[in-house]
Amino acid sequence: MSDEVLWLDEHRVVSLAELVEVSGLSEGEVLELAQVGVLPVREPRGAAFTFSARVVTVARTACRLRDDLELDTRGLGVALRLLERVSELEREITRLRAQLPGS
Amino acid sequence: MKYADYYAALGVERTAAPDEIKKAYRKLAQKHHPDVSKEAGAEDRFKEIAEAYQTLKDPEKRAAYDALGQRPQGEEFRPPPDWARQHGASGNGAENFSFDDVDFGDLFERFGARGARGAGGGRGPLPGQDFEVPVSISIEDAFRGTTLELSLSMPEYDAAGQLRRVPHNVKARVAPGAIDGQRLRLPGKGGKGWGGGRDGDLYLDISLKAHPFYRATDHDLYLDLPLAPWEAALGATVEVPTLGGTVKLKIPAGTSAGQKLRLSGRGLPKPRGGAGDQFAVAQIVVPAQASDAEQKLYEQLRDQSQFNPRRHFGGEGA
Repeated sequence: MSDEVLWLDEHRVVSLAELVEVSGLSEGEVLELAQVGVLPVREPRGAAFTFSARVVTVARTACRLRDDLELDTRGLGVALRLLERVSELEREITRLRAQLPGS
Repeated sequence: MKYADYYAALGVERTAAPDEIKKAYRKLAQKHHPDVSKEAGAEDRFKEIAEAYQTLKDPEKRAAYDALGQRPQGEEFRPPPDWARQHGASGNGAENFSFDDVDFGDLFERFGARGARGAGGGRGPLPGQDFEVPVSISIEDAFRGTTLELSLSMPEYDAAGQLRRVPHNVKARVAPGAIDGQRLRLPGKGGKGWGGGRDGDLYLDISLKAHPFYRATDHDLYLDLPLAPWEAALGATVEVPTLGGTVKLKIPAGTSAGQKLRLSGRGLPKPRGGAGDQFAVAQIVVPAQASDAEQKLYEQLRDQSQFNPRRHFGGEGA
């Protein structure tokens, strides 16, 4: 019998409470990071915020950076944007490399 | 257990003031944090730094650590029998305390603010630790799906609130469609909580192993397709491997090197249906040693052809 496995991708939705629980961030921190766009909110379901499960990884990174480097939410916002930009560029390099013969 | 020199890890003297310890940690943490640094070994280096700081920043933990004396890094040792009782663990199961299965890094959890809460018996629940584990799977396993059987060693709080290393076997079914960088969450499969605290989660960070033929990018696959010059010039139907089995691919006449021929839906499956594409990247390959007959045919082609592949360079002979 296998253990339950949840895919952290854009198809799964997590609530604000769930994101707070699994990330270790406070609700205020999540909302602040959501407001500046580093934890993008899906279409709000009524009054409740929901997020793509992909955001869980970003929020957990935010929590580690907060705890380990003592960053506040403004610092986290900048750091997470830059890390996302690095990830995008790395994905682009992988995509271009894959197209190169013999690579 | 193996002794770790926390002062050396932070590059400070044993007499360093709390401010010096904090500054040294901040400087090293910014450089080696695994979310920021891509240097080889950054994660292990950061673990050393963080473990050292967690202990040395807390006066009670630091006192307990200092009481062990200075030893060579990595030396096998056991703390003296009365050490746990002498350093703040009194009344927290210290009478029956043993150092079996206790990792050096977890030893100081029972001291200081967090330790007192955890080991104090009823002063508040402690959640289990979350763990992130990198897992490398083959492209074939990503295509078909696979079951991962992981043997992990996780710290768990015992009845006295001391962290001990406990083996954990986890079986996780990865459905078809995982791609490089896919994260999976196994709720409650991290470290056990203590005193009613929730169990931690286990996160799997999937990467795809390099494959001799295929290069994956998201759900698409690229494969080099070697073609003989006459197959590229005249067109041909060739057999091409795909993860789902060999397929026939029509090569249009006049195919050039680098041209990408798409095999729709032959890439990695997507979790919610559909699949990426496979691209065959044409490579024109000439025989290393042409036979006499081939040599003559090449010469005949050279003499009769008006084709100039370098015309766009301009100039004579271009």
